[in-house]
Amino acid sequence: MAVPILKQGPFLIATIQAALTDTDVLQLQDDVMAQVTRHRSRGIIVDVTALDVMDSFVSRSLQGISRMTRLRGAETVIVGIQPEVAFAMVQLGMSFEDVLTALDLEEGLALLQRPRKEAGDGGG
Amino acid sequence: MADDRQSIIPIESDADVVTARQRARAMAGDLELTSTDQTLLATAISEVARNITTYAKRGEVELSVVKDDDGREGIQVIARDQGPGIENLELAMQDGYTSGGGLGLGLPGARRLVDDFNIDTAPGQGTTVTLVMWARPNARAA
Repeated sequence: MAVPILKQGPFLIATIQAALTDTDVLQLQDDVMAQVTRHRSRGIIVDVTALDVMDSFVSRSLQGISRMTRLRGAETVIVGIQPEVAFAMVQLGMSFEDVLTALDLEEGLALLQRPRKEAGDGGG
Repeated sequence: MADDRQSIIPIESDADVVTARQRARAMAGDLELTSTDQTLLATAISEVARNITTYAKRGEVELSVVKDDDGREGIQVIARDQGPGIENLELAMQDGYTSGGGLGLGLPGARRLVDDFNIDTAPGQGTTVTLVMWARPNARAA
């Protein structure tokens, strides 16, 4: 099932509606990159509230979206990770250290609207 | 009733992986596993079932309700394939080791997610991974 991506000003909002197959996840990656390019988006929110499982494949793909869009100058925020899913991800070994997360859509938008630091992310 | 307590899901595509974990979650819900344990089990199944599609192309996941000596119930998952098997099991169980282009969290990750984990494999002999998640004692109803 394709994930709908809505344009909201300078941002894109991708809301996952149901369990994703690996094919769906790869499709989402492609779609987000295409839309970021088309709309010159500054930020992307991926809402995973509906996901009851985030295994290593989904986690790695979301991490991929975050890294790829960052190279295009856009920040990705993953919102709505369920408490049980967070628990499982940590047990699995997916720490999402370089991925922005927020509690929900509202918090995610607030995060994207913060003034940007020009010095870069300073990741290491 | 008996049908609800055992189920075999053929694994040939990524959609089958989703079916297997959803079926397991439904069974786990019936046994009143906590919602966290249901999620941990579903995630572990996703990892071992994906190994089937990645390395063996096809196989199956068998779900059943098992009981231990104390009468405690749990969900047993047997993921089996007739694929190439695993040459170096010790290596495959290490975090971060992969021969399939993934993150190498599949088997070691799945082991951390469930209560019991066992793997039986040999080169050319296929692979069988058995997982069990037990119902927690305090979840027992009167």
